Amino acid sequence: MFFRRFAVLIYAILILVPVIMVVLTSLKTLEQTFDNPLGIPVDGLILDNFRNIFQEQTMAGYFVNSSVVTLFSVSFTLFFASMIAYGITRLNNWKGNGLFVLFTVGMMVPPQVNMVPLYSLVSSLDLTNSLLGLILVNISSTLPVGVFILTGFMKTLPKELFEASTIDGAGNWQIFSKVVIPLSLPSLSATAIFLFVMHWNDLLYPLLFITDNAYKTLPLALLDFQGQYLTNYPMLFTGVLIASVPMVIMYIFLQRYFVAGMTSGSVKG
Amino acid sequence: MKIPKSIYLFFIPGLALYALFFLFPTVSALYYSFTDWDGISADYSFIGLENYEKAAMGDSIFLKSVGNNLEFMFFVAIFQTLVALVFAIFLVKNTKFNYFLRALFFFPTILSSVSVAFIWAFVYDPNLGILNHLLTITGRGFLTQNWLGNGDIAIYSLAFTQVWFHAGQMLIIFVAGLHAIPMDLYEAAKMEGATRWQIFRKITWPLLAPSATIVIAYTTIQSFQAFDLVFALTGGGPNYATEIISTYIYNVAFRNFDFGYASAISVIFMAIIALITYIQFKVLRSGRVSY
Repeated sequence: MFFRRFAVLIYAILILVPVIMVVLTSLKTLEQTFDNPLGIPVDGLILDNFRNIFQEQTMAGYFVNSSVVTLFSVSFTLFFASMIAYGITRLNNWKGNGLFVLFTVGMMVPPQVNMVPLYSLVSSLDLTNSLLGLILVNISSTLPVGVFILTGFMKTLPKELFEASTIDGAGNWQIFSKVVIPLSLPSLSATAIFLFVMHWNDLLYPLLFITDNAYKTLPLALLDFQGQYLTNYPMLFTGVLIASVPMVIMYIFLQRYFVAGMTSGSVKG
Repeated sequence: MKIPKSIYLFFIPGLALYALFFLFPTVSALYYSFTDWDGISADYSFIGLENYEKAAMGDSIFLKSVGNNLEFMFFVAIFQTLVALVFAIFLVKNTKFNYFLRALFFFPTILSSVSVAFIWAFVYDPNLGILNHLLTITGRGFLTQNWLGNGDIAIYSLAFTQVWFHAGQMLIIFVAGLHAIPMDLYEAAKMEGATRWQIFRKITWPLLAPSATIVIAYTTIQSFQAFDLVFALTGGGPNYATEIISTYIYNVAFRNFDFGYASAISVIFMAIIALITYIQFKVLRSGRVSY
């Protein structure tokens, strides 16, 4: 019992200390950080880093880019994936199973595997330095996991539901939009959370396709800060804090969905 | 009951994007792997298996990156699965405090890899880093290290960061697996006078096998996807000590502009992942039981 409490305490400290450290350091000067990396300085905390980062960087622009890319990528992945999941569920034959396999194969292939040909494709379509290009690639990269989770859910819906709706004269689109989507809301919201985290935090695709500051997203901008500020951790952590705020707020309020979403995305046994 | 043909329309938008931006590039990696394309010029020529020969015979950095990646994968898979399992057992009861702790341990998962990289760059920093600072003020100064600059240990420093990043997610999967085990099995075992170790060995562990399969498979894929973290934390250095396959592909393609060779490595990479996934499922499936 003692060992158990002690181990849990150590783990909690290992998570909490770095998190507190990020917040504290963003409120300190570089000298204060050098003198005492963990302590609270006697001459008080400062907000200068936040002012400076907004003056020196186009933070608001990066924030808007990240938000636009994430919102569009999440909504269109959800929309297209739920249509495919509905199609697979209704077909319910070898064609449906074949399509299910075709899409879920994508989950086993890390996005780094095809980065080289994907880069040539995107540049030949003239979609580099474009938020649209980023969104299109994002959608296709998260469709597999979306199809996987949503098909799993829709297959649990009773068959009679579809039959009754068809007898009532409803077409596929009506059954999909009026019956299946409302019933799938719990699964859709869990998937949405999973996708939000993936797209908000993604580095690889912006790194490959974006070189113009006007289109950079937050993770890529942060990576640039590393080149500019080197070991100026107060500035780096100010950037980290700003980039993490939306996810942290969502996590605090929607924690139940986070746990459901982030684990359902991983269930592929 | 006959389904209207309009059902096929539901696949069109998703399938079109998926075919263009996933299936097509994945297949064309194979095509480019037989060429000497530099990624920029319009003309290139076919060089047969030359890229593959280079990777297998003459490229020590590639072989090193495969070795590093496997080392990273084994360390993370073993260490992370153990940590997640032990703490899932500790926190299995649904008390308020345990809910809070599970949420806390899960927290790093929602951060971006770049943020996690910065946090740990500060922890490991040889001059003003937290870790060396703590070692010094507690009188263990002789243990201070250049955690990311020393090629012998840098890959383990990275692996530890990866465990910090994702163990909470695996913990949640194990907790769900533990909750799915019927309670009457435990009660029956206790009535029969089984020891705690016997209960773990005969009930918990075998019935947890499906969750373990998921955790280990997911951890493995994540170890191969650790590109962002490695790229932002060490960039593959020092002297290729932390170069993994994906960072090497990036360097070959976008720093050396050898797209043909990078494509060949991508194909080999895919084959390695397919092989490891296959072995894992063979091994883990064979251990399953049901009561």
